[in-house]
Amino acid sequence: MRNLIRFILNNHFFILFILFEIVALTLVFQNNNYQKAFVFNLSRNISGQINSRIFSFRQYLDLYQTNIALEEENVRLRNNLLSSYKQNMRSPGSAEFDSAWVQQYNFIPARVISNSVNKQNNFISINKGAVHGIKPDMAVISHDGIVGVVTGVSDHFASVIPLLNTDLRISSKIKNTGYFGSLHWDGKDPGSALLHEMPHHVTMNTGDTIVTSGFSAIFPEGIRIGTIADFAITGGNFYTVVIDLSTDFRRLNHVYVIENLFRDELLDLERQEGYD
Amino acid sequence: MIKVLPRNIIRIIVLVLFQVFILNNLQFSGFVNPYFYVLFILLLPFETPGWLLLSLAFVLGLSIDIFAQTPGLHAAATVFMAYLRPLVMDYFAPRDGYISGTYPRVFYYGFGWFLQYAAILVFAHHFFLFYLEVFRLSDFFFTFRRVIFSGILTLFLVVISQYFIYRR
Repeated sequence: MRNLIRFILNNHFFILFILFEIVALTLVFQNNNYQKAFVFNLSRNISGQINSRIFSFRQYLDLYQTNIALEEENVRLRNNLLSSYKQNMRSPGSAEFDSAWVQQYNFIPARVISNSVNKQNNFISINKGAVHGIKPDMAVISHDGIVGVVTGVSDHFASVIPLLNTDLRISSKIKNTGYFGSLHWDGKDPGSALLHEMPHHVTMNTGDTIVTSGFSAIFPEGIRIGTIADFAITGGNFYTVVIDLSTDFRRLNHVYVIENLFRDELLDLERQEGYD
Repeated sequence: MIKVLPRNIIRIIVLVLFQVFILNNLQFSGFVNPYFYVLFILLLPFETPGWLLLSLAFVLGLSIDIFAQTPGLHAAATVFMAYLRPLVMDYFAPRDGYISGTYPRVFYYGFGWFLQYAAILVFAHHFFLFYLEVFRLSDFFFTFRRVIFSGILTLFLVVISQYFIYRR
């Protein structure tokens, strides 16, 4: 016993080092799965408070670009308004909004308060939380296109796992042909991502638009992801396609969180049918 | 000796805030990010006992982790660096040892000594950090490049700080 104590005292530096490493590495490996993304509930609230102060200042610096982007979006939305279309029907009184239409997606505006693009597993925090109706597994988009998926929610803040996280995969398709594959980021360039599992007989061109497929209960169909920059057959019968992302993650500020009002219904059905 | 404690407390707070609010927000070409907070470990007094050194490193790493939402990652790397510190110090010790009352700084032991001492520890920290973050060998050389560029930038900041902030 005395020898043991002496051994521990003599080697306390090394033993302490091993102990600390075990604690730290346990933390790392318990939390590297994004589904269980570590919810520092308390600390997120604290760091969220501080980060939102910092960002409210930084917002002023980006105000000009943000205004331009919002203006462009407004113009686009106004162009899509029913009032900007000419009624072409002969018979008057056709139903424009009636019970045949049910709202499926609900948009909640939010601001980004902390963000990174230079890590392998980046995270974003936004200034809306459970109080504002945000729940995990909601989709997040910006005016340019896809951003990511909500993982953790506290009362007033939420963390988002962006596309720039090597753990996230998104089902996406080529807009004009409809062929789909799974999109993921390879951890290198924050401006591009890879699309896998695209069969080799698919014809595609650089510049083709990639959008979300809508196969998951998270993203609506047709949210813009980016354009094809390059493609090549790598190993087997599948193309690997390099995508130029349309969202500039380095300048993310205004985002929209999308709530799928039919999500529970869809998941229930899939569970009953025994999908997995 | 009494002044050492408040000075280090202020230093750890300033470095964490500087790292979290300024350096983590700088996006140099997407993959280069300096981790200047390791300066705290580099500048601890020679007499710091081992257990205190490791505990401080753990606390420092963990506080960076909390803001960066990377639980354990920086803590593991910083503890590893702190563990190497006494070994590196022994290796580069002057012939008659370190003089008491001095600190590991350019001012006391010269530019060459400080650069060697800081470079080894900074790169050890960055290697551990980046490879633990990636946790695969498939992009070995890409990660290697990130380590080298980020390491050089950190080292640059650390050395510059010796001439602008810690002249004495």
